[in-house]
Amino acid sequence: MKGRPAPASGLLRQLDSLARAALPSGVTALLMMLAVVPLGLFGLVPAIALPCVFFWSVFRPAALPPPAVFGLGLLQDLLTAAPLGSGVLVLLVVHGLAARWRRLLAKQSFLLVWLAFCGVAAGAAALATALQALLGWQALPLPPGLWQAVLTAGLYPLLAWPLTRAHEAMIRAEAAP
Amino acid sequence: MIRLSVPLRQALSRLSLPVLIAAAFGTMLLGKADALLAERARMALADALVPIWAVLQEPVGALRQAARDAAELPVLRSENTRLREENERLRRWQAAALALEAENALLRRQLAFIPDAAAAYTTARVVADGGGTYARAVLLSAGPNHALRKGQVALDERGLAGRVTEVGTRSARVVLATDMNSRIPVVLEGSRARAMMVGTNGDRPRLQYWPAGTLPQEGDRVVTSAEANAFPAGLPVGLVRAGASGGWEVELFARLDRLDVLRLFDYGLSGILPPEAVARPEPRPRR
Repeated sequence: MKGRPAPASGLLRQLDSLARAALPSGVTALLMMLAVVPLGLFGLVPAIALPCVFFWSVFRPAALPPPAVFGLGLLQDLLTAAPLGSGVLVLLVVHGLAARWRRLLAKQSFLLVWLAFCGVAAGAAALATALQALLGWQALPLPPGLWQAVLTAGLYPLLAWPLTRAHEAMIRAEAAP
Repeated sequence: MIRLSVPLRQALSRLSLPVLIAAAFGTMLLGKADALLAERARMALADALVPIWAVLQEPVGALRQAARDAAELPVLRSENTRLREENERLRRWQAAALALEAENALLRRQLAFIPDAAAAYTTARVVADGGGTYARAVLLSAGPNHALRKGQVALDERGLAGRVTEVGTRSARVVLATDMNSRIPVVLEGSRARAMMVGTNGDRPRLQYWPAGTLPQEGDRVVTSAEANAFPAGLPVGLVRAGASGGWEVELFARLDRLDVLRLFDYGLSGILPPEAVARPEPRPRR
């Protein structure tokens, strides 16, 4: 006969919860740093950052506090040679909106969340283009911005699947005594 | 850890987003006011990450090559025929080139011609894509005691690729000729007309500002011009092509979508670099 497993000791438990807290921003930063490996795809870094920030802001906002979003935005700007601060603002605005709509979004089916994210991606690309045009003080062609929106929206399902698994595993770990 | 009361903590967490959005605007202003700071931060990050990228580049490069090979398999036969024909054509060109070289050597001997010294170059590996939505650039990995400097001209095995714009301790950034901010003075070889090659973020940069009366010709060879003292004359750039929207474009010789190694030539030219450039290349003594 098996009994319940003994509760983890204090240090292990703290390490465990620390790892859970650091996982969302850490994995996002790691993915962004890996996304610059030349693949012949343009704009991969923002297209990775936005779905991750949106997902964690909707499903686990406590794990991605605004300062972490700020840091991810700064990393994105430095990696993509965008004007400093433009990516920061876009990610913070998306984080704010997602956190505000999370009660509505978290209950919906995957398809509806994706649809909402497509709108967010289009808005984010438009905001990023406007900011870059303003900060660089030059007119920008539209096709790269459109491509950015399409790539970002298209990457969401690919990223959301493993993130959902991770999220469920974290819920199970938290439910365990 | 400091223990805060629950209402205070809630108030702080509610405040943090607006404060950080304000900080984002502050960062924009800072980046605008001090372009050097942004450049230094970018190169510091690149320097820190370049070893990781350099390690990753091997397997990723192998994967890309495998994918390319797989895509080429179905067209192997037709490709083979095409290459055979091209080889025939190139053999005829080789004969012509050898004859011209002999003639050229003969004429030079008669003129007591002093040739320019061959430019020194270093090679560096492309390890990361340094561009974004509105920028086309690559990051190079260089040894700790590298000789890379701002303003060096980057060529791949076929032709001009771009220019070194930022140099760190272990890495360097090359803005490609397709970048929106790239302006390269060129000469159309057919008519010797000067023009500007302007990057558009697309695959083919546009041609602008050619002299009135000499229209670019389809298929004309484009080489760099020594105007503005930014490039040496005569580096191969590409071929003139008619654009979809009626303008003239340049089909680059360099294959910018599959850069793996770049040759960086030091011509010691001091041409147009942004005024905030840290290490301006020393100008060559005037002759």
